[in-house]
Amino acid sequence: MTATVKYDEVEVGQEIPAVDYPVHRVNLVMYAGASGDFNPIHWNERHAKAVGLPDVIAHGMFTMAEAGRFVTDWAGDPGAVLDYGVRFSSMVVVPDNDEGAVITVSGVVEGKLDDNRVVIALTARSGDSRVLSRAKATVRLA
Amino acid sequence: MALNRDFVGRTYPASTSYEVCRVKIREFAAAIGDHNPIYRDPEAARAAGHPDVVAPPTFPIVFSLSGAGEALADPELGLDFAMVVHGEQRFAYTRPIHAGDQLLCTSTITEIRSVGRNELLTITSEVSTVEGEPVCTTYNVIIERGGAA
Repeated sequence: MTATVKYDEVEVGQEIPAVDYPVHRVNLVMYAGASGDFNPIHWNERHAKAVGLPDVIAHGMFTMAEAGRFVTDWAGDPGAVLDYGVRFSSMVVVPDNDEGAVITVSGVVEGKLDDNRVVIALTARSGDSRVLSRAKATVRLA
Repeated sequence: MALNRDFVGRTYPASTSYEVCRVKIREFAAAIGDHNPIYRDPEAARAAGHPDVVAPPTFPIVFSLSGAGEALADPELGLDFAMVVHGEQRFAYTRPIHAGDQLLCTSTITEIRSVGRNELLTITSEVSTVEGEPVCTTYNVIIERGGAA
């Protein structure tokens, strides 16, 4: 397992620049198929609105996966992620248009642990909402 | 409706093992839009020190709830599925999951509690290989909105 970021070159408080992840309906259809979560609130606008949602919303696990991608892209190796947890605090509404939605993820190095481990605190936003809270990943660096 | 606290501590072993394959990892990576070669190319994965392509950190969601699904659907639990939202999720790894792993997943309802008007239920799943090597532990909190009202 070889993360490309070196433990000795990372400081507590260091910010990891934000990345935008666009989300369109097709991404939710693909995620439904890949994950096996076919809840119609994630692909059927008629159903979503009938249960009181503003529109189709992304799977929470899709949002978690995008924030996970932010971490693995930074670390350089997905195998470097030792622990990853989030709380789902708001929904990502995905309209059926060319723009879709955008999930913006940023991070900060919150702590350095022994054994080359660091804790990354993540922020994920979509529109005006913070869509994840208490999002943290522990990663083993090189 | 308040959830039946008698379910706390009940354990649900998966009925069959889950075989992690390259094609499923590639499909999952494509669905999250991730083009990392370590998910797709065995050579790239080996160059990074893995025996085969690695699964993304959130991949265990694909198989880790199959055992607990039986519990959640049990009418004795009293869960109203229409009111369920995903509250929290965590994956704690002993080692990365890679293609070729044959995994077993045992899920336990570890907590049921009320927060305001909601009922929160935690499922903890231990994932290991069929040989008994621990791989990861997953924690899943589901919220039944209005369940405690």
